[in-house]
Amino acid sequence: MDNTIKTTCLHSSHVGLGARMSPFAGFDMPIQYTGIIDEHNAVRKDVGMFDVSHMGEIFVSGPDAMKFVNMIFTNDITPMEAGKILYGMMLYPDGGVVDDLLVYKEFTPDSYLLVVNAANIEKDHAWLLEHCEGYDVKIDNQSDSWGQIAVQGPSSEKTVVSVLGLDAAASLTFYHFTDLEYKGARIIVSRTGYTGEDGFEIYAPEDIICGMWESLLAAGVKPCGLGCRDTLRFEAGLPLYGDELSPEISPVMAGLSMFCKLDKDFIGRDALAAQKAGGVPRKLVGIELKDNAIPRAGYPVETPDGTPVGVVTTGYHSISLDKSICFALVDSAFAALGTPLSVRIRKHVFPGEVVKKRFYQTNYKN
Amino acid sequence: MSKIVEGLLYSESHEWVKVDGDVAIIGVSDFAQEEMGDITYVDMPEEGDEVAAGEEFGALESVKASSELYSPVSGKVVAVNSAVEDSPELINEDPYTNWIIKVKMSDSSELNSLLTAAAYGQKL
Repeated sequence: MDNTIKTTCLHSSHVGLGARMSPFAGFDMPIQYTGIIDEHNAVRKDVGMFDVSHMGEIFVSGPDAMKFVNMIFTNDITPMEAGKILYGMMLYPDGGVVDDLLVYKEFTPDSYLLVVNAANIEKDHAWLLEHCEGYDVKIDNQSDSWGQIAVQGPSSEKTVVSVLGLDAAASLTFYHFTDLEYKGARIIVSRTGYTGEDGFEIYAPEDIICGMWESLLAAGVKPCGLGCRDTLRFEAGLPLYGDELSPEISPVMAGLSMFCKLDKDFIGRDALAAQKAGGVPRKLVGIELKDNAIPRAGYPVETPDGTPVGVVTTGYHSISLDKSICFALVDSAFAALGTPLSVRIRKHVFPGEVVKKRFYQTNYKN
Repeated sequence: MSKIVEGLLYSESHEWVKVDGDVAIIGVSDFAQEEMGDITYVDMPEEGDEVAAGEEFGALESVKASSELYSPVSGKVVAVNSAVEDSPELINEDPYTNWIIKVKMSDSSELNSLLTAAAYGQKL
């Protein structure tokens, strides 16, 4: 792998807008433009847009595409109709997570789009190539030629229709997409997102993405950075690969078993079945603190008598809920709702208790 | 360009000191608040706590990160600014009016090792 930092097609726009830039998953990305709180609230209350061109797009096609994707993916793609999207994971045989991803069933027969985390594009591509032997499939990593904008928030439908003229977007329901011809190119518009709000993700060639971004900016849509992307997804109870899912944190530990269909075969299935039957040593929980001190990733979690039982994976003083909350990976014996747990923050210990991980009531258009 | 106020002394870790007799009024510089972004929490010492020059006395937390506060001088905390404890965003709005703590200095010669406004400006 080369170590040069990559940029998205919108990089010069970010710099021109005065964004605070920082390396993320090998890309120089905007963390914030005006401020995380301001951008977060725009998405919750109105609309905001994100450059997510760093995300990976890997196409799998061919006569065995369905069979192959089902073998490397935890969710069951068998009943999917064209235009449907499913969330799930690719696992190692021991149940650890290679990546979490979206699978789009394309309108072309025997063809699927896998949308993967930017940090994992090369690893995922290699994983697919390594396991496709014996399957009649073509695996095409097109990550470098697609840009992506996420338009998120309660006004997102109105925005993509009125500003971009994407009338077809209005009839989509959550986790569905459509293919459109736009200025002579194929684009993909899906009703998905990573914020807990209604929203759209638009995949298109880079020049089209730049044009759309400029149109949205001119219409007053607030550009939002990765800073609030994290606060938004966290409040909505959504995991981030590397924090809440990893080779060491299985979907059973993360509470994501509903996306793993054990009645079909896939890599890692037997390990998950054993984890479900025999239990897991650690589970991911939500913790709400009684104080405003902020629990950060890596801070120790303790019982009221001071016994260490886990560690914070993501934490914030929630912008939408105005309370200090975190995800933490804790010994399973302390994972029940209502269990008193404390977080050690610098020199002090702050008491709290286990709460549901979906801290914020999501607003999807189902 | 970050604002620097003349007549204050500055530490390398971006705190400022306003000297009022034997009391040091301490806050953070405009550069520090800009770097932090939206400040959401101030971890304060208590009145009566002893602080030592160069040692941590508290922390500022933004949405994304926490940043320790280091005391530019040694002495006893004689006041904490409850206004910024209740409304941390005041530090973003005006970091020079909204001080954090006041310390009764035990050794005012420590002030000599702090930076003047001009010297601090050159460091940024």
